[in-house]
Amino acid sequence: MNDMTVVEKTVETQRTKIAARNVNVYYGDSHAIKDVNVEIEDKTVTAFIGPSGCGKSTFLRCLNRMNDTIGTCRVTGDILLEGEDIYDKRVDPVQLRAQVGMVFQKPNPFPKSIYDNVAYGPRIHGLAKNKAELDEIVEKSLRRGAIWNEVKDRLHSPGTGLSGGQQQRLCIARAVATEPEVLLMDEPCSALDPIATAQVEELIDELRENYSVVIVTHSMQQAARVSQKTAFFHLGNLVEFGPTGQIFTNPEDPRTESYITGRIG
Amino acid sequence: MTDHNQTPAEGDAPKRKHGASLLQLTDRTKRRNAAETRFKAYGIAAIGVGLLMLVVLVTTIVGKGLGAFQQTFVTLEVALLEDKLDKNGNRDIEDIKKVTTFGYAPIIRAAMETKVETLGIESALKGKDMADILSKDAAATLREYVIANPDQIGQTVEFAFLAQSRVDGYLKGRVTRESIANDKNISAEQLDFVDQLIEAGTVKKTFNLAFILGADASDARPEAAGMGVSMLGSLFMMLVVLALALPIGVAASIYLEEFAPQNWLTDIIEVNISNLAAVPSIVFGILGLAVFINYMHLPTSAPLVGGLVLTLMTLPTIIISTRASLKAVPPSIRDAALGVGASKMQSVFHHVLPLAAPGILTGTIIGLAQALGETAPLLLIGMVGFIASNAPDSIASGLLSPNSAMPAQIYEWAKRADPAFYERAWGGIIILLIFLVTMNTLAVILRRRFERRW
Repeated sequence: MNDMTVVEKTVETQRTKIAARNVNVYYGDSHAIKDVNVEIEDKTVTAFIGPSGCGKSTFLRCLNRMNDTIGTCRVTGDILLEGEDIYDKRVDPVQLRAQVGMVFQKPNPFPKSIYDNVAYGPRIHGLAKNKAELDEIVEKSLRRGAIWNEVKDRLHSPGTGLSGGQQQRLCIARAVATEPEVLLMDEPCSALDPIATAQVEELIDELRENYSVVIVTHSMQQAARVSQKTAFFHLGNLVEFGPTGQIFTNPEDPRTESYITGRIG
Repeated sequence: MTDHNQTPAEGDAPKRKHGASLLQLTDRTKRRNAAETRFKAYGIAAIGVGLLMLVVLVTTIVGKGLGAFQQTFVTLEVALLEDKLDKNGNRDIEDIKKVTTFGYAPIIRAAMETKVETLGIESALKGKDMADILSKDAAATLREYVIANPDQIGQTVEFAFLAQSRVDGYLKGRVTRESIANDKNISAEQLDFVDQLIEAGTVKKTFNLAFILGADASDARPEAAGMGVSMLGSLFMMLVVLALALPIGVAASIYLEEFAPQNWLTDIIEVNISNLAAVPSIVFGILGLAVFINYMHLPTSAPLVGGLVLTLMTLPTIIISTRASLKAVPPSIRDAALGVGASKMQSVFHHVLPLAAPGILTGTIIGLAQALGETAPLLLIGMVGFIASNAPDSIASGLLSPNSAMPAQIYEWAKRADPAFYERAWGGIIILLIFLVTMNTLAVILRRRFERRW
């Protein structure tokens, strides 16, 4: 895929799915995210790029409150999902995470069968009334994860026996099985080889039809290939946010330009 | 721009920093290699010393203790005379029970005399002295048999009676004619008599199951003492330890590892648990004495109290190993579970705990093995009861009635004067070690089998 095709990428504006306003994140005394405002649209792939340690993963993990598991982490500001503040006291993070699914950097299937990996989410959320419905959800999710054809004959063999790329697609299938509205991906391809990466990227593009996808990536080519919107983070600040084509071809901020051309990072 | 088109520099090769040639070792390299060789030699020597100790230990234990598994028996045909054992002749069990072991002594003496006659052995010994080569336990054995089988009265039955400990020692080479010079229990004439019986095949050394399954015996009858009852005592204690230490330990570790906030309070708790693991076991013993017996008035010498004390002692071990195996579960599994919307508890119980289970099990088994071999706290709570009875009749009485435990029984035997008990102490150690080695092997197998499935 030619990186330059991004220029012609059409960007239709969708309605806002997640809105972050004045978000600050602190780890103890260190100020990891500084006053970030961003609007993530529905049925769009939004990429977060930036040098290591710039806070993009931290910010991503704020969107489904995974940072709650870190004792010293503190978040201020508002993050609205469909207009509801996810940091409201009444919100149970467990319920939130069912709606905002997550795929991690390293493929992390449960050491269980492929079937059980995908069925786990629907089971704990009670999405299936009986075995037949559960089978249906598993098949649908594995198809969405573009891995059904490879595993349909060995659904009951362990998920950890798959190759790295297959494992990651299994994890994506597992994430979509709970019918989330937003899918967060934290460098989903960093542990994969180029062929597996291409498969996952293709999959991300397909997922856009149903979900709002937010992806953190270190690869600018990847951001350019898969995303419609790109946010550039630097030292905890959101430096620039806009249509991917514009960020990569005509950045407004000099820091964005330096990063994209490889001078900082 | 490329980096590959540099032409090699002309002229002399540059002076090399690390010696003139790779084929020649520099002094520094030689010194380093020598140091490494020396260290390897130290390491091998250290392992050698360790192995030597192990070999010495095992050969000593086996050499001294194996004898306890064999015992000398004297085979006699006993005529169970009706006029002695059941005067009324109506086989009333109450009447039969009225005949004490003293009533059986003449029967055994008669059996011994008959044996000597049929074998044609010439001996200057009187009947009583001949019968004295049998254990004092012989009459009791015979009485138990008759009470259990009253219909055998009037018949002649073949019995293998325990020989007394001096005779047993004589067959095992522990007792010689010189060593009994001042011994009131046996005379040189009796040993001659034993020699004659050995020749006739009446006195034999055979495997002694009663040592493994039997009860302890009094000072005068070391040949009858066995480990069985103290083994039951240990078993009941281990049941208590398992039932208490495993759930408490695992619950505490899961809470501390997965749920507890990281603050000074949990830090203090953590440090204290580590310290508890290093507290000498006798401290737990005196704590148990003060709390369970003096304050709560639980019965002394009871396996329940022993189990409670050993639970206190085992808890830190189980908590530490459980926390270590929980820590070893990769955080990515927790993230994965939380990521699909599992609650903290679901992520722990559905994913983390199953992965940590083999480690927890291993830690528990090792903790139990440690508790099984613990002696000091049991001495303080009086679990050195002399228990000559047989198995307890229910689990409650097994937990509450006085008992001993394997290591305490070994200590008890080692304390007694008769060298026959000394041999039994070593034999008891063999039994205890078999249990410990089995448990530790099981732990190793479990660990190997289920290690790292992710």
